[in-house]
Amino acid sequence: MTKTITVTVNGTAHTAEVEPRLLLVHMIREVLNMTGTHIGCDTSSCGACTILLDGKSIKSCTVLAVQANGKSITTIEGLAPEGGPLHPLQEGFKENHGLHCGFCTPGMIMRCVELLEHNNNPTEEEIRWGISGNLCRCTGYNNIVKAVQWAGAKMRGEETPSTEPEFV
Amino acid sequence: MIAQSFQYESPGTLAEAIALLNEHGDEAKVLSGGHSLIPMMKLRFASPGYLIDINNIPGLSDIKEEAGVVRIGALVRESQLEHSDLLAKHFPIFKDVTKLIADPQVRNMGTLGGNLAHGDAANDHPAVMIALGASVVITNAEGEREVPIDEFFYGFYMTAIQQGEILTEIRIPVPASGTGNAYHKLERKVGDYATAGVAVQITVGEDGIVTSAGIGLTNLNPVPLRASRSEEALIGKPLSDETIALAAQFASEDCSPNSDLRGSEEYKRHLTSVLVKRMIAKAVERING
Repeated sequence: MTKTITVTVNGTAHTAEVEPRLLLVHMIREVLNMTGTHIGCDTSSCGACTILLDGKSIKSCTVLAVQANGKSITTIEGLAPEGGPLHPLQEGFKENHGLHCGFCTPGMIMRCVELLEHNNNPTEEEIRWGISGNLCRCTGYNNIVKAVQWAGAKMRGEETPSTEPEFV
Repeated sequence: MIAQSFQYESPGTLAEAIALLNEHGDEAKVLSGGHSLIPMMKLRFASPGYLIDINNIPGLSDIKEEAGVVRIGALVRESQLEHSDLLAKHFPIFKDVTKLIADPQVRNMGTLGGNLAHGDAANDHPAVMIALGASVVITNAEGEREVPIDEFFYGFYMTAIQQGEILTEIRIPVPASGTGNAYHKLERKVGDYATAGVAVQITVGEDGIVTSAGIGLTNLNPVPLRASRSEEALIGKPLSDETIALAAQFASEDCSPNSDLRGSEEYKRHLTSVLVKRMIAKAVERING
C-alpha cells in the first residue's frame, strides 16, 4: 500500500506516492532525479548519502522516505543558487584540493554544513570527529580538514588560509 | 538493499500507537530513530508487517529534572544527550558515551529509548543505565509501569517490554554530592561495537568512604551486566589501590565475553580489568574537579 507524502526539497515542495519501504536516498535520486546525493555503502557507514533533514545531517540510506513526510530537506544541489556563487564549503573544497574522485564530497560537505553552523571555528580535532561518519578513500582527509577550516574562515569574514597543497 | 514490504503508520498520540500495536500483535514493530531496526530490515533479519512510527507523538523528546529525578523522553536523540547542559551538570558520563556511539549523523537520529528497547548487550547505554541506577517507564493501554534497569533486559533482543507496550521514558536519580561518573569503550574504529566497555558511577563520603557504586559492562556478556561483586568490593571501604584492583579483578572474572574478531576472551577480560580501574579513577577525578 503506497503513501502520499509531501517533502520540501531545497525549498520546493514535492508530493509523491511512495511505498513505505522506499529509502529516502532512493526517493531523492530516483523519484526526484537529483543525483548529487550518492549511495556508497548502503549501511550507514560511509556518509556519502548525507543530507540535511530539518537542518540536521543524517544518512538518507537509513531513513525511509515516509519518515520525511512534512519535513524539509537540503541536498548538495540546494547549497548554491543556479549560476550564483558557491557555498563557502564548496569553494573551500575546490581551493584546497579537498577531493580526488569526488564521490564522498556531497556527503562530506552536507555534514560540514551542520558542523560549521554549530561552530564556525572548529579545531582540527573537532573537524576530524565531526566527519567521523564520512569515509573518503582517496584524499586522506588532510585537505578535507583544510577545506573545512578555509570555509570556516570565509564564513567568519576572516582572511582565508593559504591553499598551497600539502604533501605528506 | 530494500526491506520486505510492510505497512507504515505514524500515529499522533501514544494511545493510537498502543492501539495499533495491540491490533497488529507481533506483526508490528515500533520505529523510533530506526538506526538499528532499518538496517536489520534492509538485511531482512527483521521483516515486520507493520511499522508504527512514534516520531510524531509529542511529549517524548524532553529532558527534565523533577523532584530529584532526571526524566528523559524515549525519543530524545543521542545528539540531544550529547549537548544537554542539564545532563552535563550531573552526568558527564553522557558526553563520554554519546561521543562513542556511531557517528554524528547517526546520533542525530538514534534515540536513548531505542538504544535500550533494542535489547542488545553490545549497545552502550544499557551499561550506563546500570551504573546510574536508572529505571524505564513502559506504557500500555492500562497505564504505565516503572521497571528498574536490573529487571529490564531478559536476553538477546529481549526486554521487559511486552506486546502492546512502548518504552516512553527513562528516569535517573540525581546523584548525591560527592558523586562522579565515567564511561569508556575500546572500539576498533568509529561506529564499531565495543571490544569492551565500562560505565562507573561512584559516591565518596567526606570521610573518604565509598557510599555507593554502580558498574555496568558493555558487550562482555549475553545480557548487559552489572558487576555486582565489583560494586560490593568498593562500598563501605576507603578508595585504595587494593580495593580498586579487587573491583577490577571481580569484573574481569564475572563477565562472559566471547572470542571474536575484536579479540580473544582472555584479552577482553584483561581489558575489562584495565577499563574498570581507569573509569573508577576518572569518575573520582570528576568528584573533585
